[in-house]
Amino acid sequence: MAKRVLLIEDEPNIIEAISFILTRDGWTVHTHSDGETAADRVRQLPPDMIILDVMLPGRSGFDILRDLRADPQTETIPVMMLTARGQTKDREMAMRLGASHFMTKPFSNAEVLEHVRSLVEG
Amino acid sequence: MAPPPGQPLFLARAGYRQRRLRDALRLLPVFGAILWMLPLLWPKGSDEGYSNGNALIYIFAVWVLLIGAALLMSRRLRPEGAIEEAEDADR
Amino acid sequence: MLTFNLLVAVALSYVAFLFIVAFVAERRAAQGDDAWLSAPVIYTLSLSIYCTAWTFYGAVGYAARSGLEYLTIYLGPSLVMLGWWWVLRKLVRIGRTHRITSIADLISSRFGKSTALGVIVTLLCIVGVAPYIALQLQSITLSFAVFAGEGGAVWEASDLNSVALWSAAGLALFTVLFGTRNLDANERHHGVVMAIAVEAVVKLAALLAVGIFVVWGIGGGVASTLDRIETSDIAHWEQSGGRWMGLTFLSAAAFLCLPRMFHVLVVENANERHLATASWAFPTYVMLMSLFVVPIAVVGLDILPAGSNPDLFVLSVPLSQGREGLATLSFLGGFSSATSMVIVATIALATMVSNHIVVPIWLRSRSQGAMMSGDVRAIVLMARRVSIGAVLALGYVYYRVSGGGGALAAIGLISFAGVAQILPVMLGAIFWRGATRIGAAAGLLTGFAIWGWSLFLPSFGEDAVIPMSVMSQGPWGIGWLRPQALFGIDGIDPLLHATFWSILLNAAMFVLCSLISFPNPLERLQGAQFVNVFEHSQGARAWAPNAAQAEDLLIMVQRIIGPGQAQSIFQKAAAAQGKEGYLPDVTPEFVQSIERLLSGSVGAATAHAMVSQVTEGASVSVEDLIAVADEAAQILEYSSKLEAKSAEQERTARALRDANAKLTALSIQKDAFLSQISHELRTPMTSIRAFSEILQDGGLPAEAQRKYAGIIQEEATRLTRLLDDLLDLTVLENGQVVLHPQEGMLHDLLDRAVSAAGLRDGGIRIVRRKADEGVSLLTDLDRLGQVFINLISNAQKYCDAKTPELRIVVHRVAGGTVVDFVDNGTGIPPAQQQVIFEKFSRLGDHARAGGAGLGLAICREIMERLGGRVSYLPGQGGAAFRVTLPKPEALAAE
Repeated sequence: MAKRVLLIEDEPNIIEAISFILTRDGWTVHTHSDGETAADRVRQLPPDMIILDVMLPGRSGFDILRDLRADPQTETIPVMMLTARGQTKDREMAMRLGASHFMTKPFSNAEVLEHVRSLVEG
Repeated sequence: MAPPPGQPLFLARAGYRQRRLRDALRLLPVFGAILWMLPLLWPKGSDEGYSNGNALIYIFAVWVLLIGAALLMSRRLRPEGAIEEAEDADR
Repeated sequence: MLTFNLLVAVALSYVAFLFIVAFVAERRAAQGDDAWLSAPVIYTLSLSIYCTAWTFYGAVGYAARSGLEYLTIYLGPSLVMLGWWWVLRKLVRIGRTHRITSIADLISSRFGKSTALGVIVTLLCIVGVAPYIALQLQSITLSFAVFAGEGGAVWEASDLNSVALWSAAGLALFTVLFGTRNLDANERHHGVVMAIAVEAVVKLAALLAVGIFVVWGIGGGVASTLDRIETSDIAHWEQSGGRWMGLTFLSAAAFLCLPRMFHVLVVENANERHLATASWAFPTYVMLMSLFVVPIAVVGLDILPAGSNPDLFVLSVPLSQGREGLATLSFLGGFSSATSMVIVATIALATMVSNHIVVPIWLRSRSQGAMMSGDVRAIVLMARRVSIGAVLALGYVYYRVSGGGGALAAIGLISFAGVAQILPVMLGAIFWRGATRIGAAAGLLTGFAIWGWSLFLPSFGEDAVIPMSVMSQGPWGIGWLRPQALFGIDGIDPLLHATFWSILLNAAMFVLCSLISFPNPLERLQGAQFVNVFEHSQGARAWAPNAAQAEDLLIMVQRIIGPGQAQSIFQKAAAAQGKEGYLPDVTPEFVQSIERLLSGSVGAATAHAMVSQVTEGASVSVEDLIAVADEAAQILEYSSKLEAKSAEQERTARALRDANAKLTALSIQKDAFLSQISHELRTPMTSIRAFSEILQDGGLPAEAQRKYAGIIQEEATRLTRLLDDLLDLTVLENGQVVLHPQEGMLHDLLDRAVSAAGLRDGGIRIVRRKADEGVSLLTDLDRLGQVFINLISNAQKYCDAKTPELRIVVHRVAGGTVVDFVDNGTGIPPAQQQVIFEKFSRLGDHARAGGAGLGLAICREIMERLGGRVSYLPGQGGAAFRVTLPKPEALAAE
């Protein structure tokens, strides 16, 4: 059974790009673009890993991450964070909150794939 | 004409002098009263008492002394307005 | 041999000379040439009225009887003058500032212009001084008698009485002529002062001449005169300490309190600086006056037959040596001493009697007492003239009743002790604000009573007024009330006894009653001004009636209601009178309005007192009055100051808080903006890069290829737009923009803007009233359109209403034509209204924004360039922006 990835992102073009890359690699991709309901979506699924954007409408990616890490049901799910702001303090914040990996946009497709694989299988 | 650079210092000093002069003015009558009361400590009576001649000379000497002091001070005393101005300049 | 007639002729010639001197001085003063009349030396010489005939003749007798004790009479005043900085300086300043006319006026004025106190002090002075005047009359008659005795003739008592009577009459005439010529506001008498200055010189010269004759003519030089002292009856120092100190104190007190001394020291003072000169010159004068007293006494005792009256040695010694010329000079010296004292004492007493007794009674007897009219001056002058006659008559009567005997000889010191009763109250008046009218009256009456009982009444002689039995056993057998042994303490010198108890209990009552009583407002007012006279008055100001009044009123009003309001009120009043500036004429209407104005701040009574003081030009200067209002106003002022201060601080703090909030918001916004820029740049770049790689990887169907290439293009356009915005803003901010004015109609421009804003279906609904939009424009239509587009698309992005709606309203206001863009959303919170036009600002969440938060900043810049405005319009329900269209001329000016 294909591993499930939940992509939480609000930019339609970026959703489309990442979905394409991961689907092509054999992953099942679920997408969600609203910050407020994202955590519920995680519990409902739950996915094998999560790709989480920082700047989301309704709720920031950091807050969602904090929720996930506080919930035993979701605390072990690997989370890869994405941000377009590219500030080091965002990276520090993400790692402190328990992100598995942190990536700055723009990224190379291969890089995304590599980290998704290593997080789920490694 | 602009005042010379040293002027404020001079004025401050003058203002200070004027203040001490007023202190001295206040003390002068106290000083005088004490000197004029001193003869009361002298021995009295016709035998070993001091003579009135000496007492007279003493009292008049004190008088002259006090008058001299008052004369000097009143000469140096500047009108009050001038003192205040000097002090203002000093501030 | 001098005949009696010749002596009378000499005396009359001398008097005539004094009349001329006084007359010339008055004339010169009237011509404004009073500089030399106001010289410090004249002032000092006028103080010499302290040396009366009692001291001129009596000092020698005193020395012959009691050794050096006579010196105390001069030591006290010398100390007072040397210590002028303490008391006299203040008295003189108060006297000049408040136009004090006498010592009774000083006390009365200080204690709330109390009529009762004025009467008490006046009566005290009359009782104390009238005998003193009698003493002068006696000395004049006695000196005549000496010459008569020399000539072998013994005068009948009636002759002496007629001399006394004629002397009194002559003195009354002189005093009336020169003492009541005018009713001067300053109460100065140039003629009198000049005459007594001349007399001062005469008496000093006379005494010095006699002294020099005695020491070098008879005594054989200084050394042998000293030897003569050593072998005389008064060779030894046997002074009682109590009397030495007590008399020094008494003479010092009398020097300040004697009505005539107060008159010359304070009332006649023309310049405060004269005190500095007199501080050494007057001690010099009295030192010279006392220099030869002991030699004259010793020589007199030596060469004159035993039983000769030592009080007249000054005359009898030269006469015994056949020196008639010297004796005549000496006679004139004594005559001068007596007359100058009588003249000034009479003027001083008459002023007090007329001001504090006669005039108040006269005013009260008239129905409308307070209404001052022109004839009051004449009444006052007449009252003075009558008072002068009455005082001299009293002196003469006293002389006749007392029989001119030895009882009078002691009256000098008794008189001193009497007027010294004023001292505690006087010092309290000028140094202690807590002193009250009740306290002053209690102290004065107590001191007066004890002095009368224990010193004055017994002085008439045994059984004369107080029966022997009372003297020895006390009234009704109450022992501790014996006049000369109060409280059972026996054996003290009567003079010391009376002085000690009277002054002590006087001061005690004064202080005690002051402490327990409460002053009325006027007392507190006057008290503050007297005690703080140096703080309140910058030198004595001359009274200049009209202009000063307006300005004084202005100063006063300013101090109470604040400069801004006061100035505008005065300016308006002046303008209403057709005057420029801030000083209107002081009309009754104006005064009334000011009074009403002030009563709002300080209460009606105080306002009335203050205003009437200023406008009537009474003895109170304005600064003082205000400072006085200290009592009431200080508290008021203080608390309002506090209020103002805290309000001011609050304003400052609020401004600071605002600025800080703005800065903080901006800096947060700026950080957010940079993040936003980063986000806005990286997001399209992410898509572009991801799809580029996907396309590179190949193997895609053609449709997908096209789609992804389209996304890349779209995102590239987005990047370009962002960069354009940034560039546009930079250009606008640097003022490098070039405008292209065109003519057009507003509704066309709005049409284009609405369609260019790219409204989606189901998006915001635009509500317009095209009828209002027929406004022709001459401006850069593209730029103005850019603003409109921005505002419309902002509304579209941010309006959070369920059925969003944007009303575009065009209307005219005072500033020109405006276009309002009002949506029906929740609007912008006040905190953010301040920063929305800042270029780094961006409201709320980024997600709904298509741009980087530069839109409004750009709008603001554009409108500034165009000569219009765009602003946030609060209170419209939703978010509302107002565009004020540029005026055609604003553009033309570009």
